Amino acid sequence: MPNLPIKLPDVGEGVTEAELVAWHVEIGDLVREDDVIAEVMTDKATVEIPSLYEGKIVALGGEIGEVLAIGADLVQIETDADVASTSAPQQAPEPAKPEPVVDDAAPPAVRTKPTSAPLRPHRSQEAPAMASPAVRARVRDAGLDLQHIQGTGPAGRITNADVDTFLANDGAPTARSTTTRRTGTEEIKVIGLRRKIAERMTDANARIPHITVVEEVDVTALEDLRAKMNATRGDKPKLTVFPLVSAALCRALTDHPEMNAHFDDEGGVIHRHAPVHIGMATATEAGLVVPVLRHAEALGLFDCAGEIARLSNAARTGEATREELTGSTITITSLGPLGAIATTPIINAPEVAILGINKMETRPHWDGHGFVPRLKMNLSASFDHRVIDGWNAAVFVQKLKTLLETPALIFVDG
Amino acid sequence: METRHCQILILGGGPGGYVCAIRAGQLGLNTVLVEAGPLGGTCLNVGCIPSKALIHAADLFHKQATPNDLGIAADNPRIDVAQTQAWKDSIVTKLTRGVVGLLTASNVTVVTGRGTILDGKTMRAETPDGPCRITCDALVIATGARPTEIPDLPFGGKVISSTEALSLHAIPKTLAVVGGGYIGLEIGTAMAKLGSQVTIIEAADRVLPQYDAALTRPVATRLGALGVDLRLSSKALGLSEAGDLQIEERGSRSGIAAEHVLVAVGRTPVTQGFGLEDLMLTMAGPHIAVDPVCATSMRGVFAIGDVTGEPMLAHRAMAQGVIVAEHVAGLASRWDKRAVPAVCFTDPEIVAVGALPSDDMASVSFPFAANGRALTMERSDGFVRAVYDPATEVITGLQAVGHGASELAGEFALALEMSATLRDLSDTIHAHPTLSEAVQEVGHLALGHALHL
Repeated sequence: MPNLPIKLPDVGEGVTEAELVAWHVEIGDLVREDDVIAEVMTDKATVEIPSLYEGKIVALGGEIGEVLAIGADLVQIETDADVASTSAPQQAPEPAKPEPVVDDAAPPAVRTKPTSAPLRPHRSQEAPAMASPAVRARVRDAGLDLQHIQGTGPAGRITNADVDTFLANDGAPTARSTTTRRTGTEEIKVIGLRRKIAERMTDANARIPHITVVEEVDVTALEDLRAKMNATRGDKPKLTVFPLVSAALCRALTDHPEMNAHFDDEGGVIHRHAPVHIGMATATEAGLVVPVLRHAEALGLFDCAGEIARLSNAARTGEATREELTGSTITITSLGPLGAIATTPIINAPEVAILGINKMETRPHWDGHGFVPRLKMNLSASFDHRVIDGWNAAVFVQKLKTLLETPALIFVDG
Repeated sequence: METRHCQILILGGGPGGYVCAIRAGQLGLNTVLVEAGPLGGTCLNVGCIPSKALIHAADLFHKQATPNDLGIAADNPRIDVAQTQAWKDSIVTKLTRGVVGLLTASNVTVVTGRGTILDGKTMRAETPDGPCRITCDALVIATGARPTEIPDLPFGGKVISSTEALSLHAIPKTLAVVGGGYIGLEIGTAMAKLGSQVTIIEAADRVLPQYDAALTRPVATRLGALGVDLRLSSKALGLSEAGDLQIEERGSRSGIAAEHVLVAVGRTPVTQGFGLEDLMLTMAGPHIAVDPVCATSMRGVFAIGDVTGEPMLAHRAMAQGVIVAEHVAGLASRWDKRAVPAVCFTDPEIVAVGALPSDDMASVSFPFAANGRALTMERSDGFVRAVYDPATEVITGLQAVGHGASELAGEFALALEMSATLRDLSDTIHAHPTLSEAVQEVGHLALGHALHL
């Protein structure tokens, strides 16, 4: 008899994961169809999950208290349900692998459906652009917006000829349309990952008084070192700035364990962590996710580079596991070439520090005799001011600056 | 248990559900429609179609029974209501069979049985052959609405809903209708024409309060002429021990003897008892909130028709059904309708499309008294009205009240969808002699050059 999984079904609006709160079965139990096998709790309600088949429970998908992604295997059932009839639920379009931060919009429930984002806007019905149903359908099918097309018909009605003109101009607004008033308001539902991000940001920003320290770092030496290492790297992964910053951060944390901590403000406890698990704020199509570089303190530069590449790729393709997306002890955020002069990073609660890396660029540097070009990069670091004093923050940032400006210090003991 | 999978699963075989299924089938989607009762929903079985049949029968009978100036007389007209019902049922059967044929031709699988939603992608249906489970990529909730019950007058015994009122096998001598909306007025008028003494109890100070007084006045006048007792600003309190309907009318209480009490105070979306609660969809009051592609707050779950709220009209549900089917099939369809026409088959009929008169819009009315066709039908009451933007002359609303005016609904809706201006109405030749000439005339009139007024 085959083993079939019962997956955690879609249990509510915008819900991407649910916490297991009760098992109604144990391994070895015989269950019938529709017997309740488990209870899961979302942030809205507790939901009972029925069995889809008759059979014997051979595996449970998690412990009480564990959070499972929608679509994750809840149990495995040994069943003689015939394959034809049971193949269907497996084809159900729930994500096939655990995706703790799946985005509601990314894997559309209906495969044939185009991405629903452009179809969702709620336009004001007050003053819709005037056009016949046939012209409206043509504009819709072409993926255009009536509001951008200049109507030349009576009272500004948009005709087929107006659409022809618009398309002939490569979709550029027709001459007069630059002065057309636009109407309508687009409503975009904040669901899934975006809602999660919004909640976490609000919580972090509301609870944590941030102090942000911005410092300029001369990274000319660091970049020389990086270039030399890359030139001789062979088949090792290419070294970016991140592994070097990560190494400097780990080094600095040995003198400042107070920065590698979680502050449980309700319990009134600070947990200082020995391992350094660096959260890497990563932009994905779905939104911000933070894969975790585990035990950064024990990684060599090239191992670190390889792991970073693997994790960011997993995060971008939505393949990162729950394990890879949780448990960071301190976070680095970098916008790369878009990194600005300074940023005010929001702490990834319950952590107490976040390090922002700003844009690297050649800037004039006064060396006492004249201006010389040096590679400079700013650091913007935010700290939880409840538990980190300004002085400590400043000392920590100066330490980082020293390490990054004289990279040998990262690697020598003394 | 048998389990099947489909791309689109529709719960409810009313006008929204079956049209959605037909369109989905046409587009090649693997489509399953689950319905416990006969196909066609409220509309075909206990709503639009039966009521129009009854109204037609009542009109025929009433004409026979009413003295006229035409020199036509029929002595002692009679009606065999049982046969009228049988005739009505034959129409319903013909239409529901037609729906079955259309679904079959579109390769839709119809599952007969009560469906229960297990999760957003799974349904259990209790079929005559035993339960089955259906999983789907897209779920469409089209469960419709049911007559609203009022606590003081629960359905049962002499208190009936429109469903029972449309299948009465004898004309009640007395009928009290609670609710002066279109359902109460349509059935109340038909019963009055069939000889019933009808009393209509309405809480507002006029019938059809969603429309303006000018539009509803000819209907109120006609109700009076038919001998219908209109109790406005009145509230039904319940039945007395003797079985009279107790009402409070402007502070004073009285009892109305009634063989039946028809409660027609609106319709309530059907959202309970089939697992919908567990999906925890975002609601908008009692109905399911949907976006312009009829998507609910849960991905892959759609809702159409009365369950999505007002206006609860079959043609709106059908339009939503088409949009959902096309959206699920990957087309760019979405709700961008300019107007949902509404028709009341009162006497005279009311048709309303788009905006009613307001302070920032201009409006003009052309009376049917100046329309030749209306006079030849002995009905000169009523008018056609255009509401328009005075700055651009774009028409924002068209209404009419008059005998046979319901058939103007199509032209009105087309005019609004086409963003017609007054000039478009005025410059379009309307056939003589028809009621629709009044539509052209209202254009002339608004532009200051009425020809026949």
